[in-house]
Amino acid sequence: MASALLRLQEVGRDFDVSRPWLNRLLEGLPREILRAVDGVSFEVRRGETLALVGESGCGKSTVARLIVGLYEPSRGRIEFDGVTLTGARDRAEVRRVRRRMQMIFQDPYASLNPRWRVREVIAEPLRVLGLATSTSEIEARVAELLAQVGLAPEDADKYPHEFSGGQRQRISIARALAGRPEFLVCDEPTSALDVSVQAQILNLMTDLQERLGLTYLFISHNLAVVSHIADRIGVMYLGRIVELATAERLFSRPRHPYTRMLLDAVPDLEMTGKARTPVAGEVPNPLAPPPGCAFHPRCPHATERCRLERPAMRAAGEAQVACHAVEEGRI
Amino acid sequence: MSEALLEVRDLRVEFPTRRGTLVAVDGVSLSIAPGEVLGVVGESGAGKSLTGLAIIGLLEPPGRIAGGEIRLEGARIDNLRGEAIRRIRGRRIGVIFQDPLTSLNPLYTIGRQLTETILTHLDVTAAEARERAIALLREVGIPAPESRIEHYPHQFSGGMRQRVVIALALCAEPRLVIADEPTTALDVSIQAQIIQLLKRLARERGTAVMLITHDMGVIAETADRVAVMYAGRVVEIGPVREVIHAPRHPYTAGLMGSIPKIRAGAARRRERLAQIEGAMPRLTQIPPGCAFNPRCPKRMERCLAERPAPVAAGANRVACWLYG
Repeated sequence: MASALLRLQEVGRDFDVSRPWLNRLLEGLPREILRAVDGVSFEVRRGETLALVGESGCGKSTVARLIVGLYEPSRGRIEFDGVTLTGARDRAEVRRVRRRMQMIFQDPYASLNPRWRVREVIAEPLRVLGLATSTSEIEARVAELLAQVGLAPEDADKYPHEFSGGQRQRISIARALAGRPEFLVCDEPTSALDVSVQAQILNLMTDLQERLGLTYLFISHNLAVVSHIADRIGVMYLGRIVELATAERLFSRPRHPYTRMLLDAVPDLEMTGKARTPVAGEVPNPLAPPPGCAFHPRCPHATERCRLERPAMRAAGEAQVACHAVEEGRI
Repeated sequence: MSEALLEVRDLRVEFPTRRGTLVAVDGVSLSIAPGEVLGVVGESGAGKSLTGLAIIGLLEPPGRIAGGEIRLEGARIDNLRGEAIRRIRGRRIGVIFQDPLTSLNPLYTIGRQLTETILTHLDVTAAEARERAIALLREVGIPAPESRIEHYPHQFSGGMRQRVVIALALCAEPRLVIADEPTTALDVSIQAQIIQLLKRLARERGTAVMLITHDMGVIAETADRVAVMYAGRVVEIGPVREVIHAPRHPYTAGLMGSIPKIRAGAARRRERLAQIEGAMPRLTQIPPGCAFNPRCPKRMERCLAERPAPVAAGANRVACWLYG
């Protein structure tokens, strides 16, 4: 088994979503803390793709941002290649390590500066990181990066608005690859794209991974997309990972009732007319998550214990599952 | 089909611009029978939403219907203006848009919005309208509708809000509902609930539904027939099972191949998705002949010059020279 490149231990992040101080004083309102991510632990092994899936508000994008340093975690520890990134003294070392990771965002319309030519967009990380200094060096590297993502060297002279959504996402990928990272955090990279273009980008990401030996953390709400690209999958619900398993395992034998519900809700393209358990209820308000297991109000297997005691992640066969019913062998 | 509730023939929607006229919908023909769900599927810019907007008379100027006919229960509605089309919209055609937040007025309780709509279109008393509103909310699956009716849109979750929008579209018992991406803004678990609801309502009330979406999965679950649009044209139309399992048009076939599917088993990963090279042309750059020809793996000489008309291929109608 490959070694862990990234390791998260009990990572949590709170957001203060209280009303302004004066409002709280006048209206007698309490402080409100949103636990966006709570007690999340996993590792990403070198060369693999780990996907995090879940519905909106489950905290998957916050995890992505915690890893690349766009947010500081409130609790827990993040390690990259043995170097602790959280609360480290040696900021220089953290900076050095962070250069080895990059992020691709969901919206290729918002993530590229509309006033810059593609050349400048891709050359910026080269200059900032000091990877290429002379104009000819930069020119050559930009052309190489464009070719790598399936664009033409002439595209360097164009502005982002001259490209379609799929081509823009290719530009974002070229920019991310400019610093020769080992690890890419991809936050819903194909969600804003049409399906035929999504297929192109997913194929491109798979090719790049093989060619450059990249490691991916892939964030998505789409189980079908994830089943195509991921080696292992973590399912998140209300800020926590409820099940972590290999892709094969997760789709052939889902354990957690929430995973089962998600899989059941995926529209059946094969039109097998399979009977489905009707999905009940909605994700509760994350400001006031249910006690015990956060999924218990929607869970068909919930017992008194689920209402009181929060389940911990435990090995269940080859998967890890946070569920009392699985632990007790009831499902 | 003579018993069609909605009949669209050769619809053409144009946008005059300074640099010439853009044809956004070009020769679209389709029909929907009572109680039938017709899916209209396509990628962004294919003209599916504009087709829907043209039917309900909500094209934003300078966009306009430049040709063809739209008939509702036999009578033409494409030439109606102002008050006349407004009366049809709401009364005989209900509309559901993608974003439930923008379809509801944030300043009014949902009860007021529902009863107002009912009173506008139906000849009932205020008390009857309220009762009707409560019954509708119950029908679309809102718990405790007697108290929820006093609430404002922001007090509902996304899924519940979309249910309210559906209730609002059904207020006047329309014969046709046009739903434009009704589940796109929702999470999968909620999406499944809304799909079930739409399907049930069409069946129970005999309402015809035109379901516009980019999501083939939603179509597979809901529609009876499906029209696939590309660059403003219908390239293939037929029973949903036929179109999904035996697509005839190379674009439909490519589209189906590019959709990631969940498959258990070890061979699943690293399997490349079928991909269609390139992207849909912009409206300013639609090629002559078949609009799909630059991306088509089965392109022939003829496709470059002549535009294919829809012809029967199996149970489907397909606009492709392979079948002409």
